[in-house]
Amino acid sequence: MTKTDQLTSPLDIQAIRADFPVLNQEAHPGKPLVFLDSAASSQKPRQVVDAMSTYLLHDHANVHRGIYALSERATDAYEAAREKVRVFINARSRREIIYTRNTTESVNLVAGSWGRANLGPGDVVVLSEMEHHSNIVPWQLLAEERGFTIRYIPVTDEGLLDLAAYETFLQQEPVKLVSVMHVSNVLGTVNPVAGMIRQAHAAGALFMIDGAQSVPHLAVDVQALDVDFLAFSGHKMAGPTGIGVLYGKRVLLEAMPPYMGGGDMIRRVTLEKSEWNDLPYKFEAGTPAIAEAIGLGAAVDYLGTLGMDNILAHEQIVVEYAMERLSEIPGLKVLGPGPDRRNGVTAFVMQDLHAHDTAQLLDMEGVAVRAGHHCAMPLHQRYCLPATTRASYYVYNTTADVDALVEAIYNARKLFGI
Amino acid sequence: MDMYLENIIDHGQNPRNFGDPLDPADIDYHDDNPFCGDHLHLTAQLDEDGRVKTVSWQGQGCTISQASASMLGEVMIGKTLDELKNFSKEDLLDLLGIELSPTRLKCALLSLKVLKAGAYGLKNWTGDDEDED
Repeated sequence: MTKTDQLTSPLDIQAIRADFPVLNQEAHPGKPLVFLDSAASSQKPRQVVDAMSTYLLHDHANVHRGIYALSERATDAYEAAREKVRVFINARSRREIIYTRNTTESVNLVAGSWGRANLGPGDVVVLSEMEHHSNIVPWQLLAEERGFTIRYIPVTDEGLLDLAAYETFLQQEPVKLVSVMHVSNVLGTVNPVAGMIRQAHAAGALFMIDGAQSVPHLAVDVQALDVDFLAFSGHKMAGPTGIGVLYGKRVLLEAMPPYMGGGDMIRRVTLEKSEWNDLPYKFEAGTPAIAEAIGLGAAVDYLGTLGMDNILAHEQIVVEYAMERLSEIPGLKVLGPGPDRRNGVTAFVMQDLHAHDTAQLLDMEGVAVRAGHHCAMPLHQRYCLPATTRASYYVYNTTADVDALVEAIYNARKLFGI
Repeated sequence: MDMYLENIIDHGQNPRNFGDPLDPADIDYHDDNPFCGDHLHLTAQLDEDGRVKTVSWQGQGCTISQASASMLGEVMIGKTLDELKNFSKEDLLDLLGIELSPTRLKCALLSLKVLKAGAYGLKNWTGDDEDED
């Protein structure tokens, strides 16, 4: 730990790092792993893995079915995790917490259920140029089928949403839904969703937040935001893969048709017709990812114990430090706004060194970053960049990790004679 | 893993036969690697004996993809399309002389993929044996 962390971070990062055994290894002989790719998927603390393994070794049975003690115990654990998630995002009811596989499936659920029932020719869905493909492609697929129009809020050179254009869309077009990411996975921009939601509601539109990059890093309160839908993934917030969440306002979810058919989502089935189960089960067809849901519950406990405000404060220190150090490097440009309007990621380009080479050379030094378009090709086209290199940070990263990143970049430049 | 050998960096930074597309051209094809945004446009002219006389290619991408195109261009010159037909993934990797992870393999193979499509119409060539025909 560097002095900076000791002086200012509200968290004991070395104690936190000890919960993540994966961080304590060499990427290559003599090169300790410096993991800077949590925006793609975070690491998991022992507490999460322990909760899952205890369940799998001692408590597993199918949920909502068996009339025996073991199945009831499994059901209790599965539903207790749902309650933890409810508290974590401050939803009014546990019935508003739908388990999905990930953010992508949550967006597809809203598109396939609410969208298919409510969108048609003449309607407008507003997205933004900075969206991840998972919040573009489901709407494009549905637009082909239903004939509505998609509008994209432009992104400014600085990496902010053009809110004047957003206001114009809302005033001049029949917008039914706005779906925008809370925090950009490339620019790091924290979008001003609270105000955007009020504007959308004033114009009679619903609002969905893609929370994949925000829920892991900052407190998101669905009631305070008055947001209609919120999608996020477990695996980016210290939880396992294979489990995600769709939050939806109950009145909306009640009116929506099922997304997938199968077991657990029905109340009554005859050969002619079926009746749907109550929320949230109406949207949870088939045997769910039980251990993963329990793992998500443990992740929520873990983050809650640390405190989301503390996590945010710590990450701000690391990101600010990263912006400062990276900007010292000649020919390197960090995308997106200043540290006061960003969270979690620094994506950058360097003159004379392609992103892919950069990532490869950093890996040789043990520094794990991602290179490419980060599932945001339209955003990269907006900036005329084929690819960027992205370092992303989570609660277990320190300013020492940033120092390792910067040193590895200098080594890469030296190798290329730049 | 020593991927950035001196000759790779040299070919990447000083690509041979890099230039505007030839017009007219006997081979004229371009393709992308969507994973990393690499792009390659390869053109070539044959002489009256059917041997590659001139190669000119343009592209943007990582050092591996650029060096691979640069080296492949040098190999092509002076050979007939028949002689080039059996030039394989393994031949190209021997030329590069480095070990590549599966994702970086796509960077290295883009140049040969463009040649296979441009010269022989093999638009889905991947370098794997089962796809050879």
